Amino acid sequence: MAAAPHTLLDESAARPGRDSLHTLLVRWLLIGVALAFLAALLIAPLLTVFAVALGSGIHAYLTSLADPDTRSAIHLTLLTTAIVVPVNTLFGVAAAWCIAKFEFRGKSFLTTLIDLPLAVSPVVAGMLYVLLFGLQGWFGQWLQDRNLSIIFALPGIVIATMFVTFPYVARELIPLMQQLGNDEEEAAITMGAGGWMTFFRVTLPKMRWGLVYGVILCNARSMGEFGAVSVVSGHIRGLTNTLPLQIEILYHEYNAVGAFATASLLTLLAVLTLVIKTLVERRGYKGH
Amino acid sequence: MSARRFLQPSVLPGFGLTFGFTTFFLSAVVLIPLAALVVKAASMHWTDFLSVVLSRRALGAYRLSFGASLLAATINLGFGFLTAWTLVRYRFPGRAFIDALIDLPFALPTAVSGIALTSVFSPTGPLGRPLAQAGIQVAYTWIGVTVALTLIGLPFLVRTIQPALTEIQRDLEDAAETLGAGRLYTFRRIILPALAPALLTGFAMAFARGVGEYGSVIFISGNLPMKTEIAPLLIVIHLEEFDYAGAAALGVVMLVMSFIGLLAINLLQAWGRRRIASAR
Repeated sequence: MAAAPHTLLDESAARPGRDSLHTLLVRWLLIGVALAFLAALLIAPLLTVFAVALGSGIHAYLTSLADPDTRSAIHLTLLTTAIVVPVNTLFGVAAAWCIAKFEFRGKSFLTTLIDLPLAVSPVVAGMLYVLLFGLQGWFGQWLQDRNLSIIFALPGIVIATMFVTFPYVARELIPLMQQLGNDEEEAAITMGAGGWMTFFRVTLPKMRWGLVYGVILCNARSMGEFGAVSVVSGHIRGLTNTLPLQIEILYHEYNAVGAFATASLLTLLAVLTLVIKTLVERRGYKGH
Repeated sequence: MSARRFLQPSVLPGFGLTFGFTTFFLSAVVLIPLAALVVKAASMHWTDFLSVVLSRRALGAYRLSFGASLLAATINLGFGFLTAWTLVRYRFPGRAFIDALIDLPFALPTAVSGIALTSVFSPTGPLGRPLAQAGIQVAYTWIGVTVALTLIGLPFLVRTIQPALTEIQRDLEDAAETLGAGRLYTFRRIILPALAPALLTGFAMAFARGVGEYGSVIFISGNLPMKTEIAPLLIVIHLEEFDYAGAAALGVVMLVMSFIGLLAINLLQAWGRRRIASAR
């Protein structure tokens, strides 16, 4: 409440005659309607997750998290993310360097292609790899002859997650690097610094907040991806179930406490992501 | 001369490495798999293709997916604008918290928002019970699908409107008011035209995302064929029946739709940039 009177005064000083009763009524009516909408759509579901998860007591909550299948789902999700996020970060940095530092033909086409996965339904994304690597897929027979499995196994989950989170780091870094310009890098190179040294000493420090921003969003999406992973995973309990898939299974078994307890982990991750994102924005970085 | 050249000269190193890695990785993860989908669908006889993509069940699924996405994006046009307006123009306690919360649908896994929304809006849930008593069943109907897609689409609208709203010159509004324009007239003639590109871009993004959305919808939708079955779910059902060709056919239809959406978004953004440039 502390900030409100101050800014109200500021506003009416700058804009005389704007603090009439009518104006105030309209203002608080609009704020009230917006808040009611957000409360129903965002806050109610958020609170429900914790209310149901903790509804049967903290003991039941902890017991359901200790379930071996849930444990292995946590493990698989962490493993998948540990592969996907570094690879996509490396890709994002390379793509941003290539697109922001150089002028070449077909550049805007390449940028559009990088954004493509954002426009593809997650289910279609998962299906792409079933068509390629599934039993009746292009490489299905070849893989089976060599006793390799991609679909219904870890590699499929990793590559489907990689597809849906593919542009996250790149689309954050490309506009940022374009905005920051090349002057300092050109100066460093001209004065004899090597390419890698220029990257680590000049470019990386400049773009670090953008990198953090892109990486946490990539991380949140890869831990939470449902549609694409659901298509390629095969839902083998304790083996190919990631956290979101485990939530689905528990939910369909009418194990509400288990489903929402598992969901609460991912909700905490989402809240943590928003907190880090807000802190980065407080440092003056604006997302792209 | 240099226009003919592929790469403009630069003192910076690393083009070969980064360009090579980018195109290789892009092809391996995105382009070749997409090509595989198109080839798979193209290998069908065209009558088979049409019988899958124009089956009554598929048409029902498109109608729900597109209809609910359109409705949800329209709801967000109104409430997303209202939210952005409130956040940009007014100061109230908890504003920073609300501003950070807007991105929740981006950060929250879709399966979590799916089961949470279902609990909130089921006939025994905190909001679903009063609505059910008023005769409105939300969960397991098309209304539930619309609610889920509204949640998913909200940040797209708010986050595109916010910067555009900040950019509007307040003196234009003041001038209009001084010249005797009423509040609504100023809104219609000054604010709305300035926001049009942002509103349409956000609308297109929310709509495109809604059409392909799966996780947050399938829990609340009920999944009855022809009634509450969305198009992505129909693809999953074809895959589970090992009908890969049928799934690929529907996938191509969805893919074409999303490309049209992507094109529309790019054109709208270019239009917005031109308008801003010409206004300066």
